[in-house]
Amino acid sequence: MPEIKITRSIDLKTAGPFVALIALFILGAFVNDAFLSSGNLSNILARSSFIGIVAIGATFVITAGGIDLSVGSMAAFISGCMILIMNSLMDKIESLPVLILIAIFASALIGAAAGCINGLLTTKAKIEAFIVTLGTMGIYRSLITYMADGGTLSLNFTVGDVYSEVYYGTLLGVPYPVWVFLCVAIIGYVLLNKTVFGRHCFAIGSNEKVALYSAIHVDRVKTMTYILQGICVSIATIIYVPRLGSASGQTGVLWELEAIAAVIIGGTMLKGGYGRIWGTVVGALILTLIGNILNLTDMISNYLNGAVQGIIVIAAVYLQRGAWRKRAPT
Amino acid sequence: MPDTPPHRTLFTAKSLTKSFGEVRVLSNIDLQVNQGEVLALLGENGAGKSTLVKLIGGYETVSGGLLHLANEAGELRPLNSDTWKHATAEAQGVILIHQELNLAEQLNAVENIFLGNEIRRGPFLDKHRMLELTREYLSILDCDIDPLVPVAQLSVSVKQMIEIAKAYAKNSRLLILDEPTAVLTAKESEALFQLIDRLTEQGVAIVYISHKLDEIERIADRVVVLRDGELVGDYDAKTLTKDDMARLMVGRELTNLFPVATPPNATSEVVLELKKGAVPGLISNASFQLRAGEILGFAGLVGSGRTALMEAIIGLHQFSKSSELLIRGKSVSFSSLAAARDAGIAYLTKDRKGSGLLLGMSLPINFSLFSLHKFSNGLINTKKEQEAFSEAVDTFEIRLKDLSISAGNLSGGNQQKLLLAKVMAAEPSIIIVDEPTRGIDIGTKSQIYHFIANLAEKGHSIIMVSSDMMEVIGLSHRVAVMCRGQLVGILEGEQKQEHEIMRYAAGLESQLTQEGEKASA
Ligand SMILES: Nc1ncnc2c1ncn2[C@@H]1O[C@H](COP(=O)(O)OP(=O)(O)OP(=O)(O)O)[C@@H](O)[C@H]1O
Ligand SMILES: [Mg+2]
Repeated sequence: MPEIKITRSIDLKTAGPFVALIALFILGAFVNDAFLSSGNLSNILARSSFIGIVAIGATFVITAGGIDLSVGSMAAFISGCMILIMNSLMDKIESLPVLILIAIFASALIGAAAGCINGLLTTKAKIEAFIVTLGTMGIYRSLITYMADGGTLSLNFTVGDVYSEVYYGTLLGVPYPVWVFLCVAIIGYVLLNKTVFGRHCFAIGSNEKVALYSAIHVDRVKTMTYILQGICVSIATIIYVPRLGSASGQTGVLWELEAIAAVIIGGTMLKGGYGRIWGTVVGALILTLIGNILNLTDMISNYLNGAVQGIIVIAAVYLQRGAWRKRAPT
Repeated sequence: MPDTPPHRTLFTAKSLTKSFGEVRVLSNIDLQVNQGEVLALLGENGAGKSTLVKLIGGYETVSGGLLHLANEAGELRPLNSDTWKHATAEAQGVILIHQELNLAEQLNAVENIFLGNEIRRGPFLDKHRMLELTREYLSILDCDIDPLVPVAQLSVSVKQMIEIAKAYAKNSRLLILDEPTAVLTAKESEALFQLIDRLTEQGVAIVYISHKLDEIERIADRVVVLRDGELVGDYDAKTLTKDDMARLMVGRELTNLFPVATPPNATSEVVLELKKGAVPGLISNASFQLRAGEILGFAGLVGSGRTALMEAIIGLHQFSKSSELLIRGKSVSFSSLAAARDAGIAYLTKDRKGSGLLLGMSLPINFSLFSLHKFSNGLINTKKEQEAFSEAVDTFEIRLKDLSISAGNLSGGNQQKLLLAKVMAAEPSIIIVDEPTRGIDIGTKSQIYHFIANLAEKGHSIIMVSSDMMEVIGLSHRVAVMCRGQLVGILEGEQKQEHEIMRYAAGLESQLTQEGEKASA
């Protein structure tokens, strides 16, 4: 019987993002001594959690051949809802932790429902994901602006004080958001790589028709990816709201692009069929690191943060293309 | 006798080798192609035929050896193997029609045929002229379609005819056809052969790959046999019989291609019954019964609705209200393929590239995709998946040196075997196979026939849709014939003969009475 080996050689594509992360890390250490301080490091990790968690959801959507542009405004909308719920229930509910739990629960529900709407519109109404989520992106953005009456929604201070523990608290010296990030990443990894659902995402992303003929519930799986994305957005907002204690029309602006960038830097293919959770995690870290390093140095203006990120995304895709062509010639 | 017209040498290969990574798939091939002749390439699945013609056509780079091509004056000139790309090859009249279809699905026939060779008038496309030429080419090929609909809407066989027209539109000196008739019906194949005759008269050289030995007998002048990447013989086609060819390819004597299929007991259970099957726009009337242990063939012309009917049974199309589908006596209507699979019905698609395999994915992933739930209890048990895959590699004799390649890099025949393995992994009791031996070599074909007969013997039921008349007659217990969306008759015993089937398929005969009911069971 022939030997069966399914080696995936460690090529540029798999190792690339990790190498880039290490390189940035070394660069950071050289640029400024403050970089390696534990305060700065945990700050980097905590900040990358938001984009990272959203990007993990995006990894599913993109692997299954979809795209979700609505995540940034969805985050803002959910933040607004949470704040409104907590502020209005203040008088009715004595225990603040219970109040916060209710808001968290509502947030998860709204996130899942919003994702479900995106999913059903793409699968049942057969509208391209790009169009659907472009539409919902506008809708959520204007809803939050409307809810805040063009200004800012602020969380009641008493609640905010208790809730802020979620963002500022630590376990074993590591901030809670980082733990949440880690948990979401592990769950995401298992789900994408070890379960039938994940395998189906890969199959649908590489060829939807083949997936259909392989007895896969294509519409159901695709909708599930959007629901997962919605839940990830809600998790991100749950740890984001206590950080600022407010939401406005400016909350979460461009998150969708950062999330997609993190996913792509991590080696997931934008056209679907191939996704990597750890790559996405690294992608999110890289994006935050760039901002952080630019903050710590005078060599390049901080205003050029976006430009550097853009260059990194383009370079990452360029490198992947080369490696990809080597593996599976078309 | 090189250099003496009309058979001047057009192309030669000397000690040609090709490796993918460390795996050598062709070694030391010496080949000569002359003007105006049809050279047939024979060999088992994975022997290296497609790889060889891809080297000639500039789609793969040579690992070693020399290629020569005659220039306009007829003198052989060496080709620089580094710059021999398909664009250069096409410019020099070396044109390859791939084993797999390569059309732009959203474009129409005209746009596909002239893709990259658009005719211009000034800066603009000369659409009128291109449409005119397309009509001409298609009429030469006896292919009666609307050249302005996107090819995605056309059947695979018509797509293949468009591929052929596309190749014809380029001025070829050496035309290579890699299993062109695998998806064609007899009539379409005949049109192709006439085109080939016409081209060879003009001095065009043809390299022709096929697993259908009658065709080789019909058109080939010379036969070259490949086995396991080596050239084992070069013969004058006139001196070879079909049996000789089969023996040379497989390397052993081939006896009884078709197993003797013991018919099922007349009292055995009816596992599937369709009453007045109708699908709006596709099927108007189809009723039949399938018994345990039976192989029911489905014959008919392309477009007669066979595939549509099968897809309706597995839940891809909705039957109309008046139809009834019974599985073991119970009325069912599947809402999805998964539901049909769970009821023990599996369908093997005829479009392995479009809806069969994930070409960019690994072999085990493809293998388990249809029955993944069996390998999972929450998490996928990759060990179990691997073991089942290795077993399938043995059972289905997927002949491979390197199992880590992606499905798209398998030879066509091995892809078909992988697809069969994928479907069988779900352990269905009713198996619907659509063109199961497309692109499969004769030795493996025989294996697949025995495999199917064996399944039937064990009490499984098989529906076999096939355009290969020999196969339908040789393997099936009964043959259902479809014509224009109707199941017009079920033939068995004495009646199960080619000309009889053709009469039904052409609509000259029918067992349906005036009211559209079936007269005799
Ligand atoms: N890109 C590739 N990478 C690795 N192996 C390859 C690649 N392309 C082809 N092969 C291998 O080369 C061998 C010969 O394949 P080829 O497609 O030439 O066979 P074939 O004679 O055309 O068979 P068939 O009759 O099934 O079409 C096969 O084992 C195949 O898996
Ligand atoms: Mg081939």
